[in-house]
Amino acid sequence: MNDAIASKVLRIVAEQAGVETAAVNSSTSLEELGIDSLGIVESIFCIEEEFNIQLPFNANDPNSTELDFSTLGTIIGAVEGLVKQQNSKS
Amino acid sequence: MRRVVITGQGTVNPLGHSVSETFAAFQNGVCAIGELEFRDVERLGIRIGGQVKGFRAEDCFDRQKISLYDRFTQFALVAAQEAIDQSGLEFNDSLTDRAGVALGTAGGGLNTWDDSYREVYQEQKSRVHPFVVPRLMNNAAASHVSMQHNLRGPGYSVSTACSSSNHAIGMAFQMIRTGLADVMLTGGSESMLCFGGIKAWEGLRVMSQDCCRPFSADRNGMVQGEGAAIFVLEEYEFARKRGAAIIAEIAGFAMTSDAADIVMPSVSGAARAIGGALADSGLSAGDIGYINAHGTGTAANDRTECAAVRQVFGQDAERLLLSSTKSMHGHLIGGTGAVELLACTMALNESVVPPTINYRKPDPECDLDVVPNEARRVRIDAALSNAFAFGGLNAVLAIRKL
Repeated sequence: MNDAIASKVLRIVAEQAGVETAAVNSSTSLEELGIDSLGIVESIFCIEEEFNIQLPFNANDPNSTELDFSTLGTIIGAVEGLVKQQNSKS
Repeated sequence: MRRVVITGQGTVNPLGHSVSETFAAFQNGVCAIGELEFRDVERLGIRIGGQVKGFRAEDCFDRQKISLYDRFTQFALVAAQEAIDQSGLEFNDSLTDRAGVALGTAGGGLNTWDDSYREVYQEQKSRVHPFVVPRLMNNAAASHVSMQHNLRGPGYSVSTACSSSNHAIGMAFQMIRTGLADVMLTGGSESMLCFGGIKAWEGLRVMSQDCCRPFSADRNGMVQGEGAAIFVLEEYEFARKRGAAIIAEIAGFAMTSDAADIVMPSVSGAARAIGGALADSGLSAGDIGYINAHGTGTAANDRTECAAVRQVFGQDAERLLLSSTKSMHGHLIGGTGAVELLACTMALNESVVPPTINYRKPDPECDLDVVPNEARRVRIDAALSNAFAFGGLNAVLAIRKL
């Protein structure tokens, strides 16, 4: 796992949930942090802005996307993949 | 209490530039949603919508007027003229002070905001057109309708997102009912299909990139539209005495607030509005043959709306027809309730219920007769029109044949 990416994602999500960054880790889920659908949309926006990537996400059906949003670890994995794609493009 | 009837109706919307064109499209299940055409559209992720095509302002207004009218005002003025022509009313003498206007809009002159911001921020211009403020203000359409037709009674605009039109019509109804006015022009108008208007909605991630499929299990979001519909509402005795042709009676209205979430709808808020409109009208659930659904095509709305209808209608839900014409014209936001009330007056007067098009797959959480894909010929004596706005503000109208 890329530590720089992971720590940024954890910080963004922790901020959204209103908890200390130390209180979240890769096995934490958005659900247990009490982040609702609007909170998810805002977290994704912050992550996209931070890394200049596009995360496929439709709030109508969060499970329809190929990305796995079940835990912070899976989100970090997805971000790492997209950042890698982004770098190879530029 | 005084009774209130509809004696005129007019519209400009993606399905047509008149009521007759719109009814023909409703009956044929026409889809007016397509590729958006405006500046910078290539920078958007969402590129479809229900755009009004072939509308030429210069065919309707002189050059000086056009510089005063944002597109949402243009739609409202054209729709109002059609409605007044049908009603046969002339606003002079004592009637002019007893006649007013109440119109809904969510974005007002959003195209004017968008164009002017682009000029000063992106193009670094140092001045904007002198009429920017009178073009963009939310009451511009209502004011121009009052000026054009000499309506000197109550006049105002209502802005409650997707419920704006239903709230405006409901309030106009109450004003006539309680004696504040004898005639009201009412409905709504919206035109936010521009770069900034769509970009803002993209952010919420509730927009579909391909199609509007209300109630279908494979629906993936809403699609925006634009346009206006305007109605002439009159006190019943006044209309009867002058021998006006009556389109329908506005029988009841109710508005409620969810007081819960800024975007997620609630079953109880919607159900209280539907039940409230029924109670206000004196109609029973069994009298209602058709509901024009809010039916946005989002997962949350359609599921919640069907649960609310079931809660109020009980066993009567089994024989009820409920369709979403947003599948054809898109979501006209502040103008949507007005265009959708046309679907109800058509059902009453032409005995045809418009379909929910683009429907592919039943959703067990939306298990009502949603009139999939083809219009239904059936006698309808009374109908409801639902609107449930972001912010949890709900407004339901009940109309019946007279």
